[in-house]
Amino acid sequence: MVAQNIGFWIIAVLMIVAALRVVTTNNVVHAALWLVMVLAGAAGQYILLAAEFVAITQVLVYIGAVMVLFLFGTMLTRARIGAESDLNNSYKKLGIPVGLIMLVAMGLALTRSFGDEQLPDSAKVVSTQEVSDQIFGPYLLPFWALSFVLLAAVVGAIVLARKD
Amino acid sequence: MSPLLAEIPYWGESLLRVLGGLVAVLLPAGTIVYVFLFKMMSFMQSRLGPMEAGPYGSMQLFAEVGKWLQKEDIVPERADARIFKMAPVIVLLSTFLLVVVVPFGPDALFTDLETGIFYALAVSSVSVLGILIAGWSSANKYSLLGGLRAAGQLIAYELPMVLAVMGVVIQAGTMNLQKIVVAQNSGSMFGIDAVGHPYVISQFVGFVIFMIAIQAELTQAPFDMPIAESELVSGYMTEYSGFRFLIFFIGEFATAGVFAMIASVLFLGGWGVPFSWFGWTSIDEVDNWMNFAGPLIMFTKMMLIVFIIMWIRFSYPRLREDQLQRFAWKGLIPVALANIMFTSILKVVF
Repeated sequence: MVAQNIGFWIIAVLMIVAALRVVTTNNVVHAALWLVMVLAGAAGQYILLAAEFVAITQVLVYIGAVMVLFLFGTMLTRARIGAESDLNNSYKKLGIPVGLIMLVAMGLALTRSFGDEQLPDSAKVVSTQEVSDQIFGPYLLPFWALSFVLLAAVVGAIVLARKD
Repeated sequence: MSPLLAEIPYWGESLLRVLGGLVAVLLPAGTIVYVFLFKMMSFMQSRLGPMEAGPYGSMQLFAEVGKWLQKEDIVPERADARIFKMAPVIVLLSTFLLVVVVPFGPDALFTDLETGIFYALAVSSVSVLGILIAGWSSANKYSLLGGLRAAGQLIAYELPMVLAVMGVVIQAGTMNLQKIVVAQNSGSMFGIDAVGHPYVISQFVGFVIFMIAIQAELTQAPFDMPIAESELVSGYMTEYSGFRFLIFFIGEFATAGVFAMIASVLFLGGWGVPFSWFGWTSIDEVDNWMNFAGPLIMFTKMMLIVFIIMWIRFSYPRLREDQLQRFAWKGLIPVALANIMFTSILKVVF
């Protein structure tokens, strides 16, 4: 397990640096690209956990779709080259305590529920097939409900965007 | 591990994989440029093409690469230099990530991902990011327009591509590219197993949609609005020169090669020959020589697919931007959805 731990820490440090750069950089597109690095790091962590399906989905949805649309939108509207001075707003300071509270809450939740518990040496790797059997078996109803919510969002977006 | 690689240590195997990846990306790219871009296009236009460098102009490619390498690497003064330099590398990176899942033989493969085709579709979308930031960081209106057009086009045509692949996945019952190859070569049609069961026959609608979609994904004419030279100079590549332009150029044709390989795996049976020819019944019985013949068979099928792509590229004029979007959203996607429904109904019935 040592090699995975080293990999975890390298990716984790890169992700933290990139996440800090997202909020400190003074260019919108640079911020978006640092965010791509955070999301790619998350995909790398999923691969270290042998969750290839989740990792690929992360790349497909977040890097291939969400970030591309995000960049597309900013480039169409306001993205300038070089530093911008008006990126920070007056709620900047409010973000720090919110972030800290989130960190403490999630850290507590994780340590309370798992504590010193360790994975057994022969930890079972859940294959993609088992994941899909679960989704299309016992979790079929929540899956449908989620699809329905997404469909409603799509229809709503079209209604809002259409002029006629 | 496989009998072929049994005696090679892990580091040697990794080295072989890296070298194999380079060959699998660069060799098709070079061949495509010489055979189709230099020669076939010239013959279609009643001229000879490059004839001076080497016998029959065969060394022209090396001359071109040398020319690009010694050119100055110019970064526009107002460009965002770091991102400008990074963009072509991201585009080429996605090609190298893409070739990783393509199987070339019973054991000649880089990795045997259970969700291979899903992975391929995911990493192919990473190149959009490179093109988008290439257009933005050039500080040029033409580049930015080209980048935005490219992004809109790649997003629009990724959907029909995914939906066309779903038909194959439903029919094969797996997303693993190796298993899709085996399913096609060990299957039979109407009780005749002489030709196996290449999905180009039973998934012909899917095949046509997939071919149109990769034509657009590769931004080849008639879908080359992102680099439309009469409107946008050269789109997102306008400001690039020297070896960074070369990287874009290699990326374009290497991606064409890799997409053609994926198309031949999905629809033409990939590296395999119908297993009944040699009396094999499963992948374990396939003889070892297929590890050497497989890549050649694959290469032939890839050249066939790229031939079709290039033939269309050299024959048809460019569509208009709004025609392109309408064609994807109102034409291809409904047909692809109907194809999925039809395929799944037949899958359940039979």
